[in-house]
Amino acid sequence: MSLTANDVTQIAHLARLGIDKQDIVSYTKDLSGILDLMTQMSELNTDNVDPMAHPMDQAQRLRADSISEPDNREKFMSIAPQAEAGLYLVPKVIE
Amino acid sequence: MHTKSLTELAHGLRSGEFSSVELTQHFLKRIQQHQDLNAYITVTEEIALQNAIAADTQLANGQVAALTGIPIAQKDIFCTLDIKTSCGSKMLDNFIAPYNATVIEKFNQAGAVLLGKLNMDEFAMGSSNETSYYGAVKNPWNVNTVPGGSSGGSGAAVAARLAACATGTDTGGSIRQPAAHCGITGLKPTYGRVSRYGMIAYASSLDQGGPMARSAEDAAILLQTMAGFDPKDSTSVDLIVPDYSAGLNNSLAGLKIGLPKEFFSNDLNSDMAATLETAINEYRKLGAEIKEVSMPNLKLAIPAYYVIAPAECSANLSRFDGVRFGYRCENPVDLTDLYTRSRGEGFGKEVKRRILMGTYALSTGYYDAYYVKAQKIRRLISDDFKNALTEVDVIMGPVTPTPAFGIGEKIADPIKMYLSDIYTIAINLAGLPALSIPAGFINGLPVGLQIIGNYFTEDRLLNIAHQYQQVTDWHQHTPKGFE
Repeated sequence: MSLTANDVTQIAHLARLGIDKQDIVSYTKDLSGILDLMTQMSELNTDNVDPMAHPMDQAQRLRADSISEPDNREKFMSIAPQAEAGLYLVPKVIE
Repeated sequence: MHTKSLTELAHGLRSGEFSSVELTQHFLKRIQQHQDLNAYITVTEEIALQNAIAADTQLANGQVAALTGIPIAQKDIFCTLDIKTSCGSKMLDNFIAPYNATVIEKFNQAGAVLLGKLNMDEFAMGSSNETSYYGAVKNPWNVNTVPGGSSGGSGAAVAARLAACATGTDTGGSIRQPAAHCGITGLKPTYGRVSRYGMIAYASSLDQGGPMARSAEDAAILLQTMAGFDPKDSTSVDLIVPDYSAGLNNSLAGLKIGLPKEFFSNDLNSDMAATLETAINEYRKLGAEIKEVSMPNLKLAIPAYYVIAPAECSANLSRFDGVRFGYRCENPVDLTDLYTRSRGEGFGKEVKRRILMGTYALSTGYYDAYYVKAQKIRRLISDDFKNALTEVDVIMGPVTPTPAFGIGEKIADPIKMYLSDIYTIAINLAGLPALSIPAGFINGLPVGLQIIGNYFTEDRLLNIAHQYQQVTDWHQHTPKGFE
């Protein structure tokens, strides 16, 4: 299985991940190599096997809907790249 | 003082042989002297001395907890309140954690002194510590070789005695492999045994924190502090934590050890095979019975892992968007540019590779062929272990295909690097506990023996490791220049 430079550009777009133009060739080569390794999986018949998502096969634990954390708003906002008046600032989205 | 075990340190502190301030200053001085190893990302000198002063007061008042006054270091993946928590990435180079991980809270309650935060592969993705934004860590046994990864700073710091002990995390071998390469004892507990709250996520169904120490006896003390149910981690398992030190001296007579034939095939380098054979003979002398077992699906662990882990990583790392915390690019023109460039500039090459791989494996049209297929293989591998562990008590094998490789040797070839995880990743897919103990040397570099047990049998694994360490002294060797 081999990918093209266009495939890699498309995957990077899906992941909202900036990739330098000059690196696309090496990512294409690396990912194609990794996908070759993955094709080994098709050697094995897994028709009646249940997929295993989690080692404990347990149900998600629920808890009461009660307040368990203190209000850390200021602390959390203090580490934001840009915040003002209790809001996170980003470039204009709507004209 | 740096050669003492945790029990000896606790005794020295309690008897007044030395104070926590003296002990802390001693380790801080060693860290300073051996900066060239690059084991630490952040040294928290002021906090360490404050912790030590507080510990000395508690010691004087007789209010002692398990680790009161003992200087330890934390992998920089655990969030530490008001202290930089970088996860080895430029993305979090400016991140001052606003809360403590549960593991950190537990160490604080146990009275430990925090020396600093240890270097690691970026977001724990790597097997050599070379993907760190802060540069490679050197292996104290030979500074031209890697310490292993991703907990490479932890391995190097404990081996070089730059901390009394340390924490690590293990998603595909990241505790056991650096422990093997650095000649120390490292335990990956059962998935769910140690809280993941505040431990920066890489692949959430595989990640598990654990102790990295100089002996099984020390690891037992550390695990006692780290383990336990945590309501803040929804995958934490609510089971009683046994006394991990209580059974260390139990006899191994009648212990059934399984050796998977797939681990000891012709692919295993002959020096490694001979070293492990000698170690397994020690177990024979201790009364264990050795039996061959077979786990036919192990060979597919690497492809399955390198689908599942990147898939989970691509989802987990989508939170790094340059909005609420972490790195943000300069002058974004719009929101897409903000996301794309912040992530493109903030992440290093291996992290990007895994995000791309995971995004691809989860995308429409490929989800079944890669992700679901890998999860089915995960089930088969897990069943292989379950079956083998009905025949034997524990499974033993190598941790790594070779001793530590050279810095720069594999970093340009991701597949070569991934293949070095062959003996460790299947254990994470199954969620089982496993540890690595020093079992000899090849050309002056340490070799690890891996011991894999059934779910929640960390106490038995530590007992088995401790008994070996009573009849061998591999774990007491110290690299030259760090005595």
